[in-house]
Amino acid sequence: MSAATTNGKTLKVRYFDIEENPTEHYLNAESGLKSWLFTVDHKRIGLMYLASIAFFFFVGGVLALVLRTELFTPAENLMTAETYNRIFTVHGAVMVFLFIIPSIPAALGNFLLPMMLGAKDVAFPRLNLASFWIYSIGALFTLVSLGVNPVDTGWTFYTPYSVQTGSAVILMTIGVFIMGFSSILTGMNFIVTIHKMRAPGMTWGRMPLFLWAMYATSIIQVLATPVLAITLALLIMERTLGIGIFDPALGGDPVLYQHFFWFYSHPAVYIMIVPAFGVISELIATFSRKTIFGYWAIAMSSLAIAFIGSLVWGHHMFVSGQSELSTVIFSFLTFFVGIPTGIKIFNWLATMHKGSIDMKTPMLYACIFLFLFTIGGVTGIMLGAISVNVQLHDTYYVVAHFHYVMMGGTVMAFLGGLHYWWPKMTGKMYSEFWGRISAIIIFIGFNLTFLPQFIMGSQGMPRRYYSYIEQFQTMHQLSTIGSYILGVGFVIIAVYLAHSLMKGQKAPANPWGARTLDWMTSSPPAQHNFNYQPVCNNGAYDFHKPIADFTLGIAEDEHAHEQKGDTIKQQEQNV
Amino acid sequence: MEYVTNFFLPSAESTYAASVDGLFHFINIVSLILLVGITIAIVYFSIKYRRKSQEDTTPLITHNTTLEVTWTVIPLILILIVFGWGFNDYVEMRTPPSDAYEVYVESYSFGWNFEHPNGITEANNLTVPVATPVRLIMRSRDGDVLHSFFVPQFRLKQDLMPNRYTYAWFEAIRPGEFVYFCTEYCGGGHSIMNGIVEVLEQDDFDAWTEEELGRDLDSLPLAELGEIVYSQAGCQGCHTTDGTSRVGPTFAGLYMAEREFTDGTTRIADEEYLIESILYPRELVNVGYPNNMPNIYESTLSERELMGLVEFIKELQ
Repeated sequence: MSAATTNGKTLKVRYFDIEENPTEHYLNAESGLKSWLFTVDHKRIGLMYLASIAFFFFVGGVLALVLRTELFTPAENLMTAETYNRIFTVHGAVMVFLFIIPSIPAALGNFLLPMMLGAKDVAFPRLNLASFWIYSIGALFTLVSLGVNPVDTGWTFYTPYSVQTGSAVILMTIGVFIMGFSSILTGMNFIVTIHKMRAPGMTWGRMPLFLWAMYATSIIQVLATPVLAITLALLIMERTLGIGIFDPALGGDPVLYQHFFWFYSHPAVYIMIVPAFGVISELIATFSRKTIFGYWAIAMSSLAIAFIGSLVWGHHMFVSGQSELSTVIFSFLTFFVGIPTGIKIFNWLATMHKGSIDMKTPMLYACIFLFLFTIGGVTGIMLGAISVNVQLHDTYYVVAHFHYVMMGGTVMAFLGGLHYWWPKMTGKMYSEFWGRISAIIIFIGFNLTFLPQFIMGSQGMPRRYYSYIEQFQTMHQLSTIGSYILGVGFVIIAVYLAHSLMKGQKAPANPWGARTLDWMTSSPPAQHNFNYQPVCNNGAYDFHKPIADFTLGIAEDEHAHEQKGDTIKQQEQNV
Repeated sequence: MEYVTNFFLPSAESTYAASVDGLFHFINIVSLILLVGITIAIVYFSIKYRRKSQEDTTPLITHNTTLEVTWTVIPLILILIVFGWGFNDYVEMRTPPSDAYEVYVESYSFGWNFEHPNGITEANNLTVPVATPVRLIMRSRDGDVLHSFFVPQFRLKQDLMPNRYTYAWFEAIRPGEFVYFCTEYCGGGHSIMNGIVEVLEQDDFDAWTEEELGRDLDSLPLAELGEIVYSQAGCQGCHTTDGTSRVGPTFAGLYMAEREFTDGTTRIADEEYLIESILYPRELVNVGYPNNMPNIYESTLSERELMGLVEFIKELQ
């Protein structure tokens, strides 16, 4: 027996059967290139984002391997210093702006957010399509800039170097500027969707934690991205019109640029990692088959991170020449991001305790995430300590730290999420064996790549160095070998996922026994997500209730009859 | 223990380095305990609570206030300790003793100049006495970009800007040679913009001072003057003397060689060309090299220094 409140309204409800092996679904409802490029279906838009970010991850990844190959010895191996500088800049910019920022929110978020809410689509489907096209146009500018004269400023575009260099800074920053609008519009769309499109009975306290994470992320996207746009617009004006804002030669101040830049780009770190937290909450609950421990603690810690994370940007600037007082205050505030982050990790572990743990590929990635992200987190505490930061700032220690957070955190969660929702998205299963093998290869390759970077960093190896003094060679070589192993892991993933697309076994509607609404429809889902209007009767992680309890929907036929008051009761088990 | 310490950090050579290292190790140890605990929990739970059948049920545990308060308060105490410790060391790092020996530091793309109170100038090498606080008053050259002065063994790092002075200080605890790096990305020569801090015993430092002060640049032969200009005016940042290419063409064998330019013309590198390309570097750009040489030498080099540089290049055949 189940009960749900719907603000005292009366609803006719009944249980629905979830169709296995659907003949009609969103992938075959329409066909042709136009049906993709001009679709307003959030699922198709999500898949187009997925294809785009997969492409840019490939580009950024290949560039990373080229960089690591160059660094195998301190001498010139493949390229000159100028080329190296362009490649590390493009690697950073592509990975940050074109891959990781849209990765979980725009690809997985678009696909899942309406389904998890029990909605047909996002609040503004056309705006959603516009977001994708704006992203594509921004990406196009970025690609054109690579053809013209690839940027060599580092992804941070620090002035006055970015004002003086001959490379195509303007094209690149216009690209990033445009993509910012995509990010803002997606954020707006998600906020409105979460507020207005929740299925009957879907209270805030019943929302899957992925949605809380997306909500926190969207707030940051909407509030912080405009500052990046302003900063880049000022930079473009400085370069083209000679207005002195950031360049001392024109009367500007480079520290001002750094404040502006990090005012966005530090919160952007949380745009990248908070959605990952959301994915991990889903994975751990489902594969432990257990109610999430501390639902509200996890939900609110996402918002707390979004809030505190907006006040700590100055920790990128301890040795920049900003005032000592600012440095002390920013250091103090920085540590408080660690508390909600730690709370999340402990909550996830507590969820696993006494669970029924099924170590499938997505769960393996969740465990890898917990390990790598913990390292990323504690090294963040290290970097927050002012005196130690003076030693570690702008060394490989920082490079290793943010790769542990961004790749060990976000990318692992993204891979976990991709494997988790792959059957839902494509209707196909992948090879579980190769899934686990590649996860382990990636885990080994990742640590071999980035652990040595912590050590050479604290030993004093500066970042963005084309060559280095001999004492660092062993660590660089270990790191390079690790990066090749990492590359192999990703190639394996590409191969078995491609195989799954062509010849994969048909996926059941709910292969993992999850309880959230995104699983209460066929795989792949119907064109409008559900063949019924879902009614949410339970918490997202009520694993103590049978799955059938989660397939409640509004009944439109004579089998249902009215219930008075604010309680909905089961009407009929099946049609 | 010392082996472990040296594995992670370079030797501690300044007065405040030991305390910074203490905090580094403290955070590492606490982090390691945390990481090991989390890892054991993941592995232990994954095995003990592995799914035995598809009909497994799990208990309904929504929260546990005692546990949650504990794992909030303990980290809170730890971060306050870490903040306080880091703050304390930072105050020391930012407070040079008032009797410090002062050196002006100028950075440019791609090199460093140091000027001592007695007028001695050094390029890409800083000589200081041991056990004496040294205060660095630093600025990047007008029109140049950001750089950062980093001496790993002193635990010292500070950015330099063209539009304001920044400060740092250290007191070396023993004589030796300590490498410094540029740690703010500044372009093609960023990774070669390093040098040595040479820490001397007071007696040796006094002797070095006397010798430097006694040098008379005006009576030096032109080529020797040119060699000094080569290392002090910044040429060495981009132009080698051993035939390898860096940001700019090498000086070895340059004299009387045929040069190709981006506008399609060619010229023989005679004296006239060499002086023109130093004074007006952006007029004719060599094929295969960026057009980024500073346009400053018309105002910074004297006639004699220019001729010295040319003679120096001519000797590199």
